[in-house]
Amino acid sequence: MSLKNRLNFLYIILIAILPLSGVFASENNNSEAGKEGENHHKKEFNVSDMIMHHIKDAHEWHLWGPEHGGTAVYLPIILLDNGLKTFSSKNFYDGTPKSAIDKKTKESVDYIVGVGPAAEYAMVHEKIYKLNNGELEFEEGHVHGSVKPWDFSITKNVLSLFFGATLILVIMFTVAKFYKKNGAVAPKGLAKFLEPLVVFVRDDIAKANISDGKHTKYLPYLLTIFFFILFNNFLGLIPLLPGGANLTGNITVTLFLSACTLIITLLSSNKNYWKHIFATPGVPVALLPIMIPIELVGIFTKPFALMIRLFANMTAGHIIILALISIIFINQNAAWGALSVPMALFISVLELLVAFLQAYLFAMLSALFIGAALEEAHH
Amino acid sequence: MDLIIPDFGLLFWTGLVFICLLFVLTKFIWKPILSAVNEREEKITEALELAVKTKAEMQTLQAENQNILKEARAERDAIVKDAKEIASKMVADAKDNAKKESEKVVVAARQTIEAEKSAAIAELKSQVATLSIEIAEKVVRGELDSSDKQKALAEKLVGDINLN
Repeated sequence: MSLKNRLNFLYIILIAILPLSGVFASENNNSEAGKEGENHHKKEFNVSDMIMHHIKDAHEWHLWGPEHGGTAVYLPIILLDNGLKTFSSKNFYDGTPKSAIDKKTKESVDYIVGVGPAAEYAMVHEKIYKLNNGELEFEEGHVHGSVKPWDFSITKNVLSLFFGATLILVIMFTVAKFYKKNGAVAPKGLAKFLEPLVVFVRDDIAKANISDGKHTKYLPYLLTIFFFILFNNFLGLIPLLPGGANLTGNITVTLFLSACTLIITLLSSNKNYWKHIFATPGVPVALLPIMIPIELVGIFTKPFALMIRLFANMTAGHIIILALISIIFINQNAAWGALSVPMALFISVLELLVAFLQAYLFAMLSALFIGAALEEAHH
Repeated sequence: MDLIIPDFGLLFWTGLVFICLLFVLTKFIWKPILSAVNEREEKITEALELAVKTKAEMQTLQAENQNILKEARAERDAIVKDAKEIASKMVADAKDNAKKESEKVVVAARQTIEAEKSAAIAELKSQVATLSIEIAEKVVRGELDSSDKQKALAEKLVGDINLN
């Protein structure tokens, strides 16, 4: 059940009504069956579980219906474990649920053992482990003693990533074709829409932060990172299949992007940059033993902040919208839609701004760091 | 907790896609777009500069035109003034000449008149003399018609000679 509708008002209402019947139906079934205890507890709507499920990566693209066994697009699993192994994630989602007792915390942990080609493996919270004699052992909430195969699966986020990249390429090729065909004329169509953004990145991000005309060298990187984040931020707001994955709100993606900025910063750093770290001008020599570690940590805190900022902003936006939509399901009454839908809509519109703002901030701060690393000593 | 633990598979795909994207976009997209945009901006800047330059040129041209017009006007005024002076001088000269000529004519006329007058007077004098002689002859003839009168005159004349 995709609840992540951000744009289409009707769609939100449609989705809000659809699962209600499902929730009621399952409850009725449960009470009829008389399974009050554990089963009922499991089926009860859990807001944090639902939200976490939506903002995390998964091996399936869940569309509607119950969490397991509902309608979903099963994505391919690619494992590197004594050779390349490829199979559908359906083999996990249709697998046999098992539970084990944690050795330290003594709590029950659920996992799914795959079937068919996935028979050797088990999935715990979307992570794939190799089975040890047909089962997994847990210690302090972690899988213990099992090999974790290299997992190159096309997950929800990877699919969204492919789609986002393709979309950028298609749109940008259209724009580039316009210029190739018409030369330096006034832009039209898509070019008219995207050119201001390109010029904005060039003038207000690259030129403003990287001095002495050196910005042209870094402009392709800044443009790519800006449009990559912008497109994926916007795609994340669309709940339909190719979008809606919380890609830019995934720590791995933001980690990679900020690592790129860090590497470029370090590669373009000059003498003056390192002089400021190891012999900060104007600082007494006695203070240098304190200053040098601080400055060294500072090299990493800047991109680290970039990573956290984008991750937290995008994830927070998704959480807020999902939480607001959840009001309907907590109260189990569609009438609450009158409150939660306008609020979710408001946050969605706000998220449009945040999507742009975060793309701008990431590119701008990257340019700032690169510009600082390139800066010549001024007297 | 696994929300903030990076996943290797996703990292691999993100890296692969992003680096490919960076490469393709840089090679095939950013370059043509940026060069087109830059080219157009240069064109616009050039056009604006040209406009400013043209405006300045127009202004200088206008100023030159004004100067030329001014000079032409001044020249025209000078020419007109000269022409007027020449004309008035010519008129004055003509007047002088005429005056002189008329005076000459008057003088010549006077001289002619004088000459004519003196010639007439001389003529008159000779006529008067001739007439006087004829009159005197007639008178004398009348006086000496008779032999008495001739004798008396001869006697008188003899008397006058004797007195000498």
